[in-house]
Amino acid sequence: MQETAIDTRAPASDDIRSVVVAAIEATAQAQEKALQPLVDDLLLAESGLDSLCFAIIVAQLEDELGVDPFSTLNDAFFPVTFGEFVGLYEAAARGGAS
Amino acid sequence: MASLRARIAAARPDPGARLAAPGASLGLGDLIRSGGFGAELAGRSVLVLTATQIGAAQALVELDGRARRLVLCPPGAPAEHLPHVIAEAGVEAVATDRPEQLPAHLGLPVHALRPPGAAAATSAADDLATEWLMFTSGTTGAPKLVIHKLDGLTAALSPTAPAGPRPVWGTFYDIRRFGGLQALLRALTGGCAMALSEASSPIADRLAWFARFGVSHLTGTPSHWRLLLMTAQSEPLDLAYLRLSGEIADQAVLDQLGAMFPKARIVHAYASTEAGVGFEVDDGLEGFPEDFVGRDGPVELKVVDGSLRIRSPRAASGYAGPTALTDEAGFIDSGDMVELREGRWRFVGRRGGVINVGGLKVHPEEVEAVLNRHPAVRMSRVQARRSPITGSVVSAEVALDDPQAANSPELQARLRASILDHCRAALPPHKTPVSLRFVAGMQMTAAGKLERANA
Repeated sequence: MQETAIDTRAPASDDIRSVVVAAIEATAQAQEKALQPLVDDLLLAESGLDSLCFAIIVAQLEDELGVDPFSTLNDAFFPVTFGEFVGLYEAAARGGAS
Repeated sequence: MASLRARIAAARPDPGARLAAPGASLGLGDLIRSGGFGAELAGRSVLVLTATQIGAAQALVELDGRARRLVLCPPGAPAEHLPHVIAEAGVEAVATDRPEQLPAHLGLPVHALRPPGAAAATSAADDLATEWLMFTSGTTGAPKLVIHKLDGLTAALSPTAPAGPRPVWGTFYDIRRFGGLQALLRALTGGCAMALSEASSPIADRLAWFARFGVSHLTGTPSHWRLLLMTAQSEPLDLAYLRLSGEIADQAVLDQLGAMFPKARIVHAYASTEAGVGFEVDDGLEGFPEDFVGRDGPVELKVVDGSLRIRSPRAASGYAGPTALTDEAGFIDSGDMVELREGRWRFVGRRGGVINVGGLKVHPEEVEAVLNRHPAVRMSRVQARRSPITGSVVSAEVALDDPQAANSPELQARLRASILDHCRAALPPHKTPVSLRFVAGMQMTAAGKLERANA
C-alpha cells in the first residue's frame, strides 16, 4: 500500500462513512422505517427511506460534518446509490469537487 | 356552461382511455355514463369524502352540473375539522366510496357511489353552475374553503388540443388538492388517459407505474421532481412535458430536469388554491420575467410591499364564510414574497412564515405549542431551515426551564431525546423538528410577541 500524506484537519473517509451510516440508521429508527442493508450499490429509492428522511439526514450531517454537498451541486448529478451518497460527503469533506 | 360530464363527452375520449391507479381503473366512457346519485343530490351542497382518488373523480363528474355545491375533502383531513367545514359550506349530504370508513356522527345523509353502470342513465338536468369548494389552510388549524366554478378552474387550459397523439397524463399530486385537480381536469377535458398514484407509495414504484402506463405529461412539486432525480428508474420515463408547481422551482431543479429530459417541455406554474393558475413559465429559468407584472391580459399582477398580488378570472370567487379573499380592487394578496433581480422576479418565501416542507405546510406556532408542552421547555421558536431535498425542514430553538442544563452535556442529550420523542408522538413527521438547539433566551417584539425572521 502506497504511503499517503495524512491531512489531520479532515476526517478520514472511514470516519465520514461511519458518521453517514450512523445518521441514516438513527433517522430510520426515529422515523420507524425498515432500512435495507447499507451496501454501496443499494439504490436510495429502495432503501426504505422517504424524501423527508433524506432531508433530516442531510440536515444532521450538515450539523455534524459542517458540509452540505447538495447545496453546491451545480450540474445534473444526484446520488442514486448509497455508495454515491457517501462519496459525495467524502468528496465534500476533502474540500474537492466530486 | 357545459358540465364536466358534457366536456369529457365533447372531447371524444379514445375508447381505451382510462383514469387509473395501481390496481383500479375507470374508463372515461364509464366515468360519464355512471348515473349513480347525481339526481338524488340535485341542488344540494355535498361533501365529497372519498377513500380513493378514483372515487373522488367519479363523484366530481356525477355532481358537477347537478349539485349546488361540491366540497372536495383532501386526504387526511382531520375528522375534528369536518363539523366546521359542514357548517361553513352548508353541507347537506356526504358522497363517498366507502360509507363504512366515514367518521361517526357527521349527522348527514350518506350517499354511496355505485359501480359505473349500476344505475340507468339519469335524466337529471346537469346545467347548474356548481360551486366547487376546496380546502386551504388558514392561519389557525381549521381549513378555509375557497369557492371556484368549473369554468374558472379550466380557464388556464388550452382550448384546442395540439396535433399528434393525445397526452397521457400522470401526477404526483392527489387530485383532491388544487394541483392534482388541475391535472385531472386537463386530462378529462382533453379526453386523455391519466395515471394516479398515492403519496404513501414508494417513489420508485410510482415512477415504474407511470412508465408502464406510458405517461407522457407529468405534474408535481419541485420536491417530487427532486425525488425523481434521486431515483434510479427501472423503466425510464419518456416524458414530453414536465410541470412543476406549488413551491419555488429553483434553477438547480430546472437544470437537472432539463439534463434528464432534454426533449421535454419543462413548465413551472404559479398557482394557488385561492388565485387559481396565475401564470406559466417555460423559458427554463427560475422566477418569472419582469414584464409579467403590469402587463395586459386576463391575469393581472402587481407587487405591493414585496408580495405578489393577483387579479384573475381564474381565481376563486371568495371564501365560504366571512373572510374577504380580495381587496377592494379585486386583487388577491398571495403572501408570496418576490424580489426583482437582474430583470427577473424571484420568489423569496412566504410572508406569513409558513414553513413549506416538500409541499406540506407547517405553521411554526403549532410546533411551538407542542414543544412548549414538554415539562422541561420554557419557550421555543420554530423556523424554516433550508433543505436541498424538501425545500425546507423544521428547526427549533428551545429555552429550557432549568438553566443548569446549559452546563451539562449529558442532561442536554437526555432532554433533546426526550423533547424530540415528545414531538414525534404529537406531530406528523414533517412537522417534527429536524434540529433542536438550546438557547438562553429569545428576542421579543415591542408588542411582546416572539420575533420571527419572516415577521
